[in-house]
Amino acid sequence: MTTTEHSYQTAPQLSDTLKRYSSIATFIGLVFLALLVAGLFLEGGGLTGPGMEHFLRAYLVGFWLWFGAGAGCLLILMTQYLTGGAWGVMIRRPAEAGAKTLYVMVLLFLPLLLFREQLYWWTTPAGLADKVIHAKHYYLNVPFLWVRWIIYAAFLCFFTWRLTTWSKLEDETKSMKYSALLEKLSAPGVLIFFILMTFCAVDYLMTLEPYWYSTVYGFMIVIGWVLTAIAVLIATLTMLEKYAPLDHALTRRHYHDLGKLMFAMVMMWAYLNFSQLLITWSGNLPTEIVWYIKRWNGGWQVVALILLFGHFVLPFLLLLSQTTKRNSKLVGVVAMYIVAVHAIDVYSLVEPNFTKVTDPHFYFSWMDLAAPVGFGGLWLAMFFRNLPGMPLLPLGAPDLKKALNHGRDH
Amino acid sequence: MSVHTDDDQITLYGLIAEFETPGELVAAARRTREAGFKKYDAYSPYPIHELDAAMDLHDNRVSLFTLIGGLLGCAGGFGLATWVSAVAWPLNVGGRPIISVPMFIPVTFECTILLGGLTAAISMLIMNGLPQPYHPVFNVERFVNASRSKFFLCIESDDPKFDRTMTQGFLESLGAEEVAEVAA
Repeated sequence: MTTTEHSYQTAPQLSDTLKRYSSIATFIGLVFLALLVAGLFLEGGGLTGPGMEHFLRAYLVGFWLWFGAGAGCLLILMTQYLTGGAWGVMIRRPAEAGAKTLYVMVLLFLPLLLFREQLYWWTTPAGLADKVIHAKHYYLNVPFLWVRWIIYAAFLCFFTWRLTTWSKLEDETKSMKYSALLEKLSAPGVLIFFILMTFCAVDYLMTLEPYWYSTVYGFMIVIGWVLTAIAVLIATLTMLEKYAPLDHALTRRHYHDLGKLMFAMVMMWAYLNFSQLLITWSGNLPTEIVWYIKRWNGGWQVVALILLFGHFVLPFLLLLSQTTKRNSKLVGVVAMYIVAVHAIDVYSLVEPNFTKVTDPHFYFSWMDLAAPVGFGGLWLAMFFRNLPGMPLLPLGAPDLKKALNHGRDH
Repeated sequence: MSVHTDDDQITLYGLIAEFETPGELVAAARRTREAGFKKYDAYSPYPIHELDAAMDLHDNRVSLFTLIGGLLGCAGGFGLATWVSAVAWPLNVGGRPIISVPMFIPVTFECTILLGGLTAAISMLIMNGLPQPYHPVFNVERFVNASRSKFFLCIESDDPKFDRTMTQGFLESLGAEEVAEVAA
């Protein structure tokens, strides 16, 4: 294959398409977020009433799904610098565009923090005075909650900023110095990411059920993020593959590799969820089983079964065959499906916590649907706006040539 | 040193061509297929995934056998756990159901992997015709390099399109470093 560097430039049609996608996403995002806010007032009760509580629960579902997509992009970005490989080179720019959404996403934690008492019982005066909560007060206190938010936001923004600016410099200077820096920063980055984001998952999801705990929880949540992110990235590539430079850069092998990664994350998600269930089932302790009792009674078992079959069995069977993974149309459809079904997973992480363990009742509000779509529109609008900022292929990456030849006969 | 003989007494297994790089081998394999040869094989020190496409290899039966083996293991593992703790010796463990599904999953999973893996390995060996104590290509002295640094393509003499001189010319035209006869 002999291609001049000129042909790696982004085609003008691609920039137009990205602009159009961004406008469509903005429109959908605004409409559905407006619906979400309207829901707050429709249910009434002002800022302390049931409308606000239902709004915040739906907000958490939608926000968490797409915050996870952004954070997952950052983790994938760091991982591909550490492992190398053609798959990483091909999705580096989309992953950077996804990670850059974190600059805005970290600010969207604010409504959760400001109206915390409607959502997190432990932050109310009654909750803080509770014996069990008080025993954990070194961690479960409001000032430290704010401090942790600042740490998470600072970490995510700093690493995104450093990784994307160095990558831009690598492109412009073609200097190996930046390639080395990117790898050096990514190694501790992955480690810190898992530690900090475990706490983040504890703060915003696990404390919805403040007596309950699970040690695999943070890892489980982060893997869900990586799954969402890789699915979004694959779907993006399949949507843009007919434009230069992707039209002559992408091969079936690239889709095969990315599909395998998505397949691995589907299995990892199931593995971690099952690990938590198995340990809880074996122990059968009152504090631990609460989480599952709420999710296996009062109609919630339907959601659990949808997740078992829809989030694991179906994608597993679809992605098992290499025909699916190598076919960009098919793998793109499976990827979009996975994002949708992961929204149900986030919904089932959040909503059942608010039912009574002694009398669980299924709860679904149309706001739980409006929020993931609305935040999705907002997130994708930023994502598609970030994408054309740089050439769609990392021209300064030392392994670009190798990645482009991946899956081609010489 | 290669076998250069026009002695009609020896039976010919085929003609073997030696290449310097994996790229040349892949290209040669593709052109051999395009030329209409059916009975030929490529030899390399390490797996070259592009060869599958170049040689148009489509035999997926090992995957199918593995799937069947895996499913049997899955059913067998779950069946074993169920039979042991619900039929042969019903056991109440802390009030859990007799068929305690989550606890059976690890066994089911392990049996799936075990039987799937064994089926994959055994069916791969059988379908490759292994173990094979004798193979004619080893009669060519330089073939020892096939496990070190060189890449080989052998067109077998029972291919309908095989012709001693024409095929030698064809292999040379592929850019082979050396073409040798392989005694059967």
